[in-house]
Amino acid sequence: MTRAITPVGARTQWGVGGPPPVGALEVRAAAGVITYEPADMTVTVGAGTSYATVDELLAEHGQQCALDPRDRAATVGGILACGLSGIRRLRNGPVRDHVLEVRFETGDGRMVKGGGPTVKNVTGYDLPRLFVGSLGTIGVLHRATLRCRPRLPVAQWFTGADTSDCYRPTARLWRDDVESVLFEGVAADVREQGRGLTPVDAPPALPDGAHRGRISVVPGRVRACARALGPDVRWCAELGVGTIHIATDDAQTLAAARTVAHAHDGWMLREAGGLPDDDGYGRALPNLALMCRIKDAFDPDGRLNPGRMPLAAEASI
Amino acid sequence: MIDDLRVAVGANGTSAEPLELALYARDAGVAVGRAEAVCFPRSGREVAAAVRVAVRHGRSFVARGSGTGLAGGATPVDDPVVIVTTHMNRVLEVDTEARVAWVEPGVLNLDLTRAVSHLGLHYSPDPSSQQACTIGGNVGTNAGGPHCLADGVTSAHVLTVDVVLADGTETRLGGLEPDAPGYDLRGCFVGSEGTMGIATRIAVRLMPDAPRVATVLCAFDSVDAAAATVSGVIAAGVLPAALEMMDARITQAVEDFVGAGYPRDAQAVLLAEVDGMDGGVDEHVDAIAAVARANGATLVRVAADENERALLWKGRKSAFGAIARIAPDYYLHDAVVPRTKLVEVLRRVYEIADAHGLIVMNVFHAGDGNLHPLLVFDRRDPGIWDRVYAAGTEILEACLDAGGVLTGEHGVGMEKRDLMPRMFTPDDLDAQARLRDAFDPDGVANPQKVLPRGSRCGEMQRAPAGTWI
Repeated sequence: MTRAITPVGARTQWGVGGPPPVGALEVRAAAGVITYEPADMTVTVGAGTSYATVDELLAEHGQQCALDPRDRAATVGGILACGLSGIRRLRNGPVRDHVLEVRFETGDGRMVKGGGPTVKNVTGYDLPRLFVGSLGTIGVLHRATLRCRPRLPVAQWFTGADTSDCYRPTARLWRDDVESVLFEGVAADVREQGRGLTPVDAPPALPDGAHRGRISVVPGRVRACARALGPDVRWCAELGVGTIHIATDDAQTLAAARTVAHAHDGWMLREAGGLPDDDGYGRALPNLALMCRIKDAFDPDGRLNPGRMPLAAEASI
Repeated sequence: MIDDLRVAVGANGTSAEPLELALYARDAGVAVGRAEAVCFPRSGREVAAAVRVAVRHGRSFVARGSGTGLAGGATPVDDPVVIVTTHMNRVLEVDTEARVAWVEPGVLNLDLTRAVSHLGLHYSPDPSSQQACTIGGNVGTNAGGPHCLADGVTSAHVLTVDVVLADGTETRLGGLEPDAPGYDLRGCFVGSEGTMGIATRIAVRLMPDAPRVATVLCAFDSVDAAAATVSGVIAAGVLPAALEMMDARITQAVEDFVGAGYPRDAQAVLLAEVDGMDGGVDEHVDAIAAVARANGATLVRVAADENERALLWKGRKSAFGAIARIAPDYYLHDAVVPRTKLVEVLRRVYEIADAHGLIVMNVFHAGDGNLHPLLVFDRRDPGIWDRVYAAGTEILEACLDAGGVLTGEHGVGMEKRDLMPRMFTPDDLDAQARLRDAFDPDGVANPQKVLPRGSRCGEMQRAPAGTWI
């Protein structure tokens, strides 16, 4: 009798995706920095290492890896498995672009390495990108090599009515008809970028509540979609990206927000709470047959996190 | 089958003439194959029709753009149908607000940037072959280029790909929304070298032109000093937009060829480019100059104007053409090493070439450790190919031994397929084979590329643990 396996990090994103399997064997990856070469701008860590640990180490050398989880206690393994990018994605790119090499154990117990340790590499198929966002359904991550970048000397948030013409802002958030924009760089450039805007101490907080999710729409439809959410949904949108962070006080309202996302040709990924039968996505995945074949290729017995991603092939477990 | 292909893509879009078959029997690499037929579809629907015809007749198919690939990825093996996408060359849509362009796969890389430059935008990945290579081919190889240092290679710039899968079905991978649900099929497809299907429409991210660009030329009296400068610049926390290196031989060849203004007496030159706003550009130019001087630079010069800047880049991007002045043939390698290992690996590269009595020239993307050693030769010399292959393999092994990888931007193709076990374990290769099989269960999309024979565990006839064989 095979028992389901569920990889566990810091449980900061435990509500992402479908419900965790009941009675599964919980496995945790080791924490710790394995190698860090500041001059190569790469760091290899155990998947159980928290983002806070990585960030503090890199900061000592004037570097960063902009994974930016909402909760700094999140582990690298959890961040990669969930694949949800932080609010600096506009400038720094999505989580998947920060991962150079992964080592994970497949459902049939093989330790597999994909990618490579260098900052540039196209040798073989891109298993790191396949892993990012796979919600623990194709493997249990043991370690990952991440790309680092220089930590820019000054970071300053501003607010203004329209920040659409700024040159490469790090983030643009929109809430309550106010745009907040983050510039990072040398002091003179940040000052120049912020001309005509109002400097503020902090960005708007992302909405919180028992029921949370993130809507994903094409960037051009963010405003229309956010406006259509109604007064019971608290939201904050990432302009230029297409993410709308939402929170509600009850599950039904979160479900209704998903309907709004669908009406704007988007998705709403559940992050916390929601109706008991929420599968995390609310709609059949595109290219489902292909995704099921990939799942089967890495986890032929369907042991890894059944139900976390709505794949028909998992019905057997 | 030829008749069926004529129905699928039109009589003018299909050929089995000997001349055409010979033209499409290879790419810019060294491997030569044989195509059964060549066709030139004009739409995704025609691509799908051609794929279905090939499969129905028990043939495989090979997608191909301009054929500038250097690893034999587009070389036809097993008498396939070669599906050439160069006639699908329209920029379909440019969304300036979202900074996204939809293009057909046959659009030339440089033509895309030209099509959007009046909007203050550009397409960032810029392979040296960008005047000739296609976006579809770039997607296939996950192509790079000098300006991928700061913002990443092709995969970081491709948002969505409409594809024809190996069974002829048309589908969309990824999406313009930030988090396409489920597995990142787009990420799997980019760089899969035509083994997962054929891209028929591609949505790429466009980048805003920087308000200011500064290009710095540094000259050194040793390769070591230039390589140490590269490591030093990165270690100083500066990530330039591009950081390129050329050794003495290539610099002289480039000067003879285009007269770009490179110093002829330098043993190595670095071309560094920083872009952005004034404050950051000034600070980074100063930092690069300081590191270069600390490493004994004999010249540090910031390009005075756009003309000088363009000329320096013309020189850099003409390097491969300039080599024809040295010898009629060259064999170009592509490997990546950690940036901290550049000095020692470059020394090994020269030693290996010397030991084989070959001339090696180095022109490469130093900032990300992406070496391009060029072995120049005359194929009429008896036994020369054996020496070139032997030296090339030793160079790759030296890169791997230094913690590097087999290819940084050219792809595996046929050229490096059989070296894959040097970098990956049997289980690693088996996992890659399973992923490929998930996309293409019958193995009809560009067979015999990327993975060596025996990658699937079933093919391997493993001995039970503990036994001696």
